[in-house]
Amino acid sequence: METIRTGRVWKFGDHISTDLMMPGHRVLTNPDLSVEEAAKFCMEANRPGWAEGEVQPGDILVAGINFGCGSSRNGSQSLKALNIAAVLAESVSRIHLRNAVNSGLPTLVAPGITSFVEEGQSLEVNIVTGEVKNLDTGAVLQAEAWEEGTPPHDILMAGGLDAYMKAKLKERGLVST
Amino acid sequence: MGMTIAEKILAAHAGADTATPGQYLWCKVDATSGHRLPDLEALGVDQVWDPDRVFMVDDHQAPPPTIAVANQVKELRRLIKKYQIKNYFEYGRGGILHQVFAEHGMYAPGDLVAQCDSHSTSGGVFNACVTNANLDAVHVLAFGELWFRVPESVRVVLNGTLPAWCVGKDVILKIASELGTDYGLYKSIEYVGPVASQMSLAQRWTICNMGVEVGAKFAMFEADEKTDEFLAERVNRPYKHVTADPDASYEAEYEFDLSDLTPMVARPGDPGNGVPVESVKAERVKVDQAFLGSCTNARLEDLEVAARVLKGRQVHPDVRMLVSPSSQEVFGEALKAGYLETLFEAGALIEHSTCGPCYGGHLGVLGDGETCISSSNRNFRGRMGSPLANVWLASPATVAASAIAGEIVDPREYL
Repeated sequence: METIRTGRVWKFGDHISTDLMMPGHRVLTNPDLSVEEAAKFCMEANRPGWAEGEVQPGDILVAGINFGCGSSRNGSQSLKALNIAAVLAESVSRIHLRNAVNSGLPTLVAPGITSFVEEGQSLEVNIVTGEVKNLDTGAVLQAEAWEEGTPPHDILMAGGLDAYMKAKLKERGLVST
Repeated sequence: MGMTIAEKILAAHAGADTATPGQYLWCKVDATSGHRLPDLEALGVDQVWDPDRVFMVDDHQAPPPTIAVANQVKELRRLIKKYQIKNYFEYGRGGILHQVFAEHGMYAPGDLVAQCDSHSTSGGVFNACVTNANLDAVHVLAFGELWFRVPESVRVVLNGTLPAWCVGKDVILKIASELGTDYGLYKSIEYVGPVASQMSLAQRWTICNMGVEVGAKFAMFEADEKTDEFLAERVNRPYKHVTADPDASYEAEYEFDLSDLTPMVARPGDPGNGVPVESVKAERVKVDQAFLGSCTNARLEDLEVAARVLKGRQVHPDVRMLVSPSSQEVFGEALKAGYLETLFEAGALIEHSTCGPCYGGHLGVLGDGETCISSSNRNFRGRMGSPLANVWLASPATVAASAIAGEIVDPREYL
């Protein structure tokens, strides 16, 4: 897992729901859609065109309070498919935060982030220590980092739940390979 | 120091004497849902930790509207057989998972359950810690355990006496409008007070169901004779009511006097946009669709109140009213009680029990610019279909009254 992530910022508001990241009528109704195809509908209702050409691989998403509220559908899957490098928000819904950890998408609770950075500026984020640098202004902000040794830290560092589970199943002798 | 309900339940499932907010615990989990069986198979695991404690029903697009969905459900049935899951409920005998699982004894006081679907906070009505696990439900399927961060607990005291025609839905819309839809973020909410005792189990259920709409990890009530009555024929294992210690520590306590509450609606966009219905009357909001359904408000007493409002009246010519009971068991009870007949005669479309319309899946998707008054839980943009549609949330009585009027009205004028 790459510890330092640098990228250009896209800013979103408060209460960005997983319905916005993964619209039910587009994605849930169509189980044959690939992850990449589903990601094209990300933020379609609130920011048309963003997922289809505007956002670039390595960009960073910054949001307000309660990011990922609502449904348990995995919005991080779409953000990851768009190659978002990291997500920073004033606060994150519990379900979305767990999905992000399990998907291996660094998502940090960063109080003060909304006024700390403007859209289009660049950030450097250390996903382990939680240190966030605004490369345009030079300012530094401390985001909340997962404490070493906690389950979310271990799962994220393993690259997500799938890799974590494979190692654990092997260790407990529940799978042969 | 004393413990809250969540602290007691988490400690007991971690084999610990205490649990402190902020602490990470690996806990034994009492039950989960089968949504992640495909992931379990992909990981090469041949059995679930306890087939008796895995529950599954297909509810979101049920029965399938497309070949792709039909193939997905066909695959699910294969996995149900492979992993010998007994608590699987086929179309006609199922419904929406939160209702169906409860009817089949999945939840009891003191339980810790982590299952798929965000509205899993519903199960807290049984004095249990019930919450969502999504991707990591596969961890429960394999090991019967999951990690939890012990949440801070908050107490919400519901004082006074609930006025006639105000129900649990009006209470939670009021709370969300005052405290915000993130007031319960990561927290365990305990609802207590005189109104908590007065309310029926179904009304408390609505409040727990919308626990996730205020960000909560758990949303709970204490257990009483109403809880035991529901569980009596359904749970055949011993259980004990869990209460907080008198010296338990809460991060915050909020008090509401509900004696002057009036019916509420949440304006489109966010469940926290609640206002009294009477305050929007002058706007004359025309309604295209009235939806009485979902895991939030489609239990027997919800159908009963709608039938009472609509008895001898007709759904407005410009409105289609969709009714989908919360489970097939509820469907049967409402059928026998005559509520469905009343709703049918009023011109409502009676659907089977499904999640479909609530999340814009099928059986009631909204078109551009349409307006829906809904007894469901979310009114995010695009939630029920078109991003250009508007969804207003309200109680079953308000939905029924608005269906008659063709615009959003206060149900007290129709009773």
